[in-house]
Amino acid sequence: MSVAEQVQKYILENILFSQDVSQLPMDDSFLEKGIIDSTGMLEVIFFLEETFQVKVADDEMVPANLDSVNKIAAYVARKKK
Amino acid sequence: MCGIAGILRLRDPAPIDPNKLKSMLPPLSSRGPDGTGIYTNGPIGLAHARLSIIDLAGGTQPIHNEDRTVWVVFNGEIFNYVELRAELEAQGHRFYTHSDTEVIVHLYEQYGLEFVHKLNGQFAIALWDDPRQRLVLVRDRPGILPLFYHQTAERLLFGSEIKSLLPVLETKPHLNTFALDQVFTFWSAIGDATVFDGIKQLPPGHILIAEGERVAVHRYWEWSFAEPGSYLPGTVDELADQLLELMRDATRIRLRADVPVAAYLSGGLDSTALVALMCDQGVRPNTFSLGFADARLDETEFQIEAAKHFGVTHRAYRVNDAHIRNGFVSAVWRAETPFLRCAPIPMMALSGHAHRNDCKVVLTGEGADEVFGGYDLFKEAKIRRFWAKRPDSAWRPRLLQRLYPYLDLTSARSQSYSEAFFGSGLADSGAAFFAHAPRWQTTAQCKAFFSADTQARTTGDLLEGLAQQLPPDFSRWDPFNQSQYVEAKTLLANYLLCTQGDRMLMANSVEGRFPYLDHRVIEFANALDPRVKMHVLDEKYLLKRALGAMLPAGVLSRKKQPYRAPDSQAFAAGESLDWVEDALSSQRLKDTGYFDADKVRLLWRKVQAGRAMSAKDSMAFVGVLSTQVWHRLFVDGLSARDMSAHDVDAP
Repeated sequence: MSVAEQVQKYILENILFSQDVSQLPMDDSFLEKGIIDSTGMLEVIFFLEETFQVKVADDEMVPANLDSVNKIAAYVARKKK
Repeated sequence: MCGIAGILRLRDPAPIDPNKLKSMLPPLSSRGPDGTGIYTNGPIGLAHARLSIIDLAGGTQPIHNEDRTVWVVFNGEIFNYVELRAELEAQGHRFYTHSDTEVIVHLYEQYGLEFVHKLNGQFAIALWDDPRQRLVLVRDRPGILPLFYHQTAERLLFGSEIKSLLPVLETKPHLNTFALDQVFTFWSAIGDATVFDGIKQLPPGHILIAEGERVAVHRYWEWSFAEPGSYLPGTVDELADQLLELMRDATRIRLRADVPVAAYLSGGLDSTALVALMCDQGVRPNTFSLGFADARLDETEFQIEAAKHFGVTHRAYRVNDAHIRNGFVSAVWRAETPFLRCAPIPMMALSGHAHRNDCKVVLTGEGADEVFGGYDLFKEAKIRRFWAKRPDSAWRPRLLQRLYPYLDLTSARSQSYSEAFFGSGLADSGAAFFAHAPRWQTTAQCKAFFSADTQARTTGDLLEGLAQQLPPDFSRWDPFNQSQYVEAKTLLANYLLCTQGDRMLMANSVEGRFPYLDHRVIEFANALDPRVKMHVLDEKYLLKRALGAMLPAGVLSRKKQPYRAPDSQAFAAGESLDWVEDALSSQRLKDTGYFDADKVRLLWRKVQAGRAMSAKDSMAFVGVLSTQVWHRLFVDGLSARDMSAHDVDAP
């Protein structure tokens, strides 16, 4: 499973409480669609840190890095480089 | 305090069956464990369960006037009964008890329906005027005491708690989904709604008059505000002096009782100031408080400091996750409504603690934040309005960080996410619900767990409905006052005073008294320039000026901490609870049909995993579980003991 797919699955099951992939298009903005609030974002960050062994710095917690599944996947890829 | 209940036949004048009437009393036994009384006469039946606090020997209700033509049952206290009695005796009225209740019948004789304006107190009253064949129900101004009713073409049933109506209802209760929608937005049903279909609450500050077949409900008092340009004149020092005098008197008359009066001491400004005011009257109250095993929620050190300062005997009660789990079912039974936060449960444990220490009456600081503008919500709205004037400003929203230094407890490590949260709706800075909209929108996300059927039934615009209940002069008030009004009418009246207040106190037969909600204090505060209530971003400014000199220094300088209790995390670990598994089983969820069973199962799995939960998910979990428990208790008719072996801190 790709990073994007893993992130999508995690958010679906733990944030949206659904197993229906069509509920979370890869490019949907979490903020604009009201998908994840600020504590929800913390959960996602814990998940990223645990699953992909990356360390998310405070100044990286910005929408540019984390506001959609694809943005997260790209951010994780940059961190892994 | 006490419990009242009654039946009025609207058409058929056949006498009321006393056994039916009596069947309404056992559910009120915790409100009134000290005795019962009934009155029946033609179409009316009045019933009373008593908790004796004033005139222990003679105050048995129902109480009547000289010629037994006016009868009353009453829950609450009339604090100015001493003055009212002297006035009435001078007017020729003769009293046969020493209770506060008796002033009600004589005031009614003297002033008719206007009598209610004379009362200073907290009350739910049912009065029968026999010559006119008229029933009058009245509820106090801010809504401290509850009163519910059910009306059909044939009859009117009423009672202090909904459970007192159930034995005489003709049909099985069912859920009012419209009210559930309100609970999952505002934390409670609002207006006259309850979550029981067909059962209404008499709203705070309202009077119901039933005469013949006609039943009418009127507002007699409103939480209204002065308009800009007509605020109370005076310097800050003069206003602070006036407020101090008012608070002294509001406290003084709330010490009237034939049993000792204690206090809840949270360690914050409001409750500490009350203890100071009590000491000022020569009373050294016993004090009670909650402590939490979770250090982030705990305020014990401030409570000890305050208790030492005043030399009072203080008893803290430490609450942990097991209390939350074990008290949950009982709290739903007491509250008679689903709730989204577990905060009522420790309040029930606290009243149990007070009860075990022989305490019947406590003064509490509830209401000060609403009356004097203490909540961060008011500050937050002020910052957001300031920010809205320059939406592109980078530093204006940074003020929010000053406001929520403790936010890492619940949310927002990330400034940009919290800015996005608080920044939502900035363009609507003139809207009626500007201050509350972000909270309500977050809470309303819990409705994602509603089943398709529930969602289809709850399509109405709740904010539009609420807007229609706003008074005509609302639009002319300062935005700060508008926020106070909305807070008083939503969270204070229906959640803090009820779900988390009266119902949790009465679970253990403890009466709360609320000096900050003396209507003279409210009316004084509502006439103030809002800038005196919150000076720039200094909350409860005038209150601090008025009472500051009486307080230990640490209390004034400490950062305000909101009262919080463990929520869904209390269910993460520990023993497996059969009643939770049952309430959240796929079968039970499908039976009730309120929620999407698959989603709820995933949510429950997440709670059990013990991972960090967002505020929204935590509220959704508590909301779903309490709704399912509500259904088992009130629709399926199980008792709290049937459901759960635990019944902590209910006597």
